Amino acid sequence: MTDPTWIQAALVAARPRAVGALLRYFRELDLAEEAFQDACLKALQSWPVKGPPRDPAAWLIFVGRNAGVDGLRRRGKQTALPDEAVLSDLDDVETPMAERLDGADYRDDVLRLLFVCCHPDLPATQQIALALRIVSGLSVRRIAKAFLVGEAAMEQRITRAKARVAAAGLPFETPGPIERAERLGVVLAMVYLVFNEGYSAPGGPDADADDRAGLTGEAIRLGRLLLRLFPAEPEVMGLTSLMLLQHARAGARFAEDGAVILLDDQDRSRWDRTAIAEGLALMDKALRHLRPGPYQVQAAIAALHARAASAEVTDWAGIERLYETLEIMQPSPVVSLNRAVAVMKARGPDEALAMIEPLADRLGGYFYFFGLKGTLLSQLGRAREARAAFDQAIALADTPAQAAHIRDQIDGLRAAGP
Amino acid sequence: MQYAVLCYDREDVVSAWSKDEDDAVMARLGVVQEKLAAQGRIGPVARLLPTTAAATVRKGAEPLILDGPFAETKEQLLGFYIIDCEDLEAAVAVAKDLAQASGSAGAYELRPIGYFKDWKAAE
Repeated sequence: MTDPTWIQAALVAARPRAVGALLRYFRELDLAEEAFQDACLKALQSWPVKGPPRDPAAWLIFVGRNAGVDGLRRRGKQTALPDEAVLSDLDDVETPMAERLDGADYRDDVLRLLFVCCHPDLPATQQIALALRIVSGLSVRRIAKAFLVGEAAMEQRITRAKARVAAAGLPFETPGPIERAERLGVVLAMVYLVFNEGYSAPGGPDADADDRAGLTGEAIRLGRLLLRLFPAEPEVMGLTSLMLLQHARAGARFAEDGAVILLDDQDRSRWDRTAIAEGLALMDKALRHLRPGPYQVQAAIAALHARAASAEVTDWAGIERLYETLEIMQPSPVVSLNRAVAVMKARGPDEALAMIEPLADRLGGYFYFFGLKGTLLSQLGRAREARAAFDQAIALADTPAQAAHIRDQIDGLRAAGP
Repeated sequence: MQYAVLCYDREDVVSAWSKDEDDAVMARLGVVQEKLAAQGRIGPVARLLPTTAAATVRKGAEPLILDGPFAETKEQLLGFYIIDCEDLEAAVAVAKDLAQASGSAGAYELRPIGYFKDWKAAE
C-alpha cells in the first residue's frame, strides 16, 4: 500500500516541520539535521512494515529527538559532557507529541527555520543554498548543479553559511506579532529569490525537465507551506500566485535550441492552465483582504498576462497602472523600466523613450535597459542609435541566449534599413 | 446506486511528488477509470486544486468568509469520482482498484449519492 514514492514524498513534506522542531530542541542546525536523518532512516525501515503513521512529522520529531539525545550522549562519552543547558528543553519528552504539535508551535518552528536560513548576514546566494539544503532537503550535488558550481565548492559555501548563522546567534524566543510579521517578510523575499534563481536560468532542450534542478517548483512548494501556516496573509497569497502564474509559462519560454521566446511570441496553448487557475484563485482571495502589497501587485500584472487570450488583447493600460502602483510601493529603476514597456505597448515608443532616458545613470550596466532602448529607437526609425544601444546590450548579456536574441534584433534593423 | 468516491490524502505529501511521479499515478488511475467507462459506470471525475487556494463560507445570519479549507485536517479532500455500483461491495471493489493504482497512503470515502443532477450534461 505505501510504496517507496509515497514514503519519500512524506519525508520531504514533513521535513520543514520536523527539522524546525528539532532545531528548537537542539539549538544547533547540524544536530537537528543529523537527528532528522536518523529518524528518516528509521522511517524507511519501519513504515513499509508497520504502515505509515497518521502524522509523519510528529513521528519523525519524536524519533529524531530520541536519536539526537542518544547522539549527544555518545558524543559526551567521547568528548566532554554536553552542556546541560542544551538539553534543558528535553524534559518533556514524554508529553504526547501530536497534541502539542498541532498548534501554533509548528508555525513558529518552520518560520524560525526559514528565517535562520535567510539571516541578513548571509549573501543572497548563501541564503538560497542554505534554505534549499536545510528546509527543502535537496542534496548538495543538486544545489551545486543549480548554481553551476562544483560539489565541493557548494559544500564549503553551505558550511560557511552555517558557521555564520551559528555565530550570529539563533533567534529562539517565541516571536511577538510584529517580529513574526518582520520574519515573514524576510522569508518571503528569500522564497522569491529561490524562485528567481530557477526562473532566470537559461533555457534549453532539457530546461523543461531540469528547470534549474527544480528550484521554481521548490519555491512554489515553500509558498504553499507558508500559506498553510499563514492562511490569511494576502502577501503570502500574492507571492505564491505570482510564482504560479510565472511558472505556468515555463513550457513556452524557450525554443528547442534554447533561444528565448518573448511573451508576445509564446504559444499560449503551452501555458499550464492548472497553474494559472491556482494562481488566479489565490489572487482573488488576496484581493478580498484589501491590504495590497508589492507581491500582490506583481501577481496582478502576471494575472493580466495570463488572462489575455493572445498578445494583442493584453490589457497594457491596466498593466501600466499596476506598475505605477508598484513604483510607489517599491521605487526602483527596474520597475520604472518595466512600466516603460507597458507605456510603449499602450501609447507608443515616444513616450516610453522619454521615460527611460532619466534611468540611464542608474541602469548603465543593465542588459534590459539597452535592449529596451534599442527596441524603442528602432521603432522610431532611428536605426543608427538603436544599433549602438543593442551593441551595449550584447556587451552586458549574461547568457548566450540573451546575446543571440539581441543579434536577431540587429538583423531586423538591417532588414528594415535602406 | 450511485456512489461518490471521495479521495483523501495528505496534500503536502502529494504535492511533493515530482511531475513524473504525479503523471505516473494519474496514468495508473486513468486505466481504472477507462475500465469503468467501458462499462458505463463512471460519471464526473474531479481533481481539486490545493486547499491553499480554497475559501470557506460559514453559514449564518451574516455569512463569514474564511481563507483556506473547511476544516484543518491532516488529510484533505483532493478529488472525487462519481460511479455506478450495484451495492457497497461493488463500490469497495472499485475503491480497492483505485487504491492499488494510486500507490499512495490516504483514504477513499464511499458516500452513496442521494440526489445527482449534471447541469452541464443537461445543456
